[in-house]
Amino acid sequence: MRGKFARIGLASVVIALLAMFAGAGRVGGAAGVAQEKVAATAEVKIDNFSFGPTALTVPVGTTVTWTNRDDIPHTVVSTDGAFKSKALDTDDKFSFVFTKAGTYPYFCSIHPKMTGQIVVQ
Amino acid sequence: MPQNKKDEILHDHNHDGIDRRGFLKCMAWAGTGALCVMQGGVLKSYSMSRANEWNAAKMAGELSFAQISDSHMGFNKAANPDVAATLKAAVDKINALAVQPEFLLHTGDISHLARPEEFDTVDQILRGAVAKDVFFVPGEHDVIGDEGKQYRERYGKGTAGEGWYSFEKKGVHFIGLVNVVNLKAGGLGNLGSEQLEWLEADVKHLKASTPIVVFAHIPLWSVYPEWGWGTDDSAQALSYLKKFGSVSVLNGHIHQIMQKVEGNVTFHTAASTAFPQPQPGKADSPGPMKVPAEQLRSLLGITDVNFVRGQHALAIVDSQLG
Repeated sequence: MRGKFARIGLASVVIALLAMFAGAGRVGGAAGVAQEKVAATAEVKIDNFSFGPTALTVPVGTTVTWTNRDDIPHTVVSTDGAFKSKALDTDDKFSFVFTKAGTYPYFCSIHPKMTGQIVVQ
Repeated sequence: MPQNKKDEILHDHNHDGIDRRGFLKCMAWAGTGALCVMQGGVLKSYSMSRANEWNAAKMAGELSFAQISDSHMGFNKAANPDVAATLKAAVDKINALAVQPEFLLHTGDISHLARPEEFDTVDQILRGAVAKDVFFVPGEHDVIGDEGKQYRERYGKGTAGEGWYSFEKKGVHFIGLVNVVNLKAGGLGNLGSEQLEWLEADVKHLKASTPIVVFAHIPLWSVYPEWGWGTDDSAQALSYLKKFGSVSVLNGHIHQIMQKVEGNVTFHTAASTAFPQPQPGKADSPGPMKVPAEQLRSLLGITDVNFVRGQHALAIVDSQLG
């Protein structure tokens, strides 16, 4: 039993340390946001019937651009109606500027198994 | 997966040494249509890639029609730069049949991007068919951007809801369903409650001995849900058809031939006239499969493949007809 408590204690310390580092990271991240505010952009590639990255976190004001690299058309459609692309044929692009913080789940309305989300902070 | 015990393998005429006692799926990509013949109230589907081997006497039935699918007019990538030519070739093959089918059935993805000129080209090519009647259901490519408004303006006269309908031919009840609109994120094909209610009412008055043919774009059975090859509420639809002795379900979408028998229901999928897609799970995605040009046009690219997935026994298709 002592061993188990010891491990839990150690784990708590590790978690606390991780939290501290994560906190430090956020401070740096915030500075980064301030610098990128001028023209923040981010990319999502569509390959093999999937969005990459599937989940993307960006600062408010970021323009996200999707590029379809498949031989089959896809769409980028927000689940709650915030944005909706036309059919994107091969190499077609769609961009949307995220001006409000929030979580934006989206999918391909032609192949609804394809899902992704943009988190705007 | 339900109903495993009812799965069965119908034929084994291929003599190719593949172990068919196990779980089996045969598939073919041939760029052609399928001839469907109603024989004694049971529908049989024959791939036209083997029309030269057909025995016309054995295939005679009370009604025949041709199924074509997934013409994807407008597609121009490496997998097939000339989808108009391969659709024409499919029509030529149908026109060359000794006994002309009563009508054609197109199970969707008529167009690639739902552009008016793509539909126009298909219409023009199909006007070259000897059989004058063509019945359609939409594929997801035909409803891009407008949830099927243009499709219904062109092909939806006399249909209900999003374009579903039924009709009778020689005592057979045909039902065209739409499972490509209002798709939900993360989901599969979808029929929706309005269509399901319509279907229930549509078949209620029919005698149980009436042969039923249901056709829709996305398979109404779970071919491979990981790739979206299935329909979320298809079980509900099929439950309305339980009383019938003969139910045939014809689909497209997966660009390869498969067949499965489950109780009183036989499921068929048709090849695409445009380009092949990989076998389920055998590639990173269901995107177009590039095959050598001579194979694409030779119409002989028939492959029988052992396929094991769960407890499903999947049966033949496209058997030789010697």
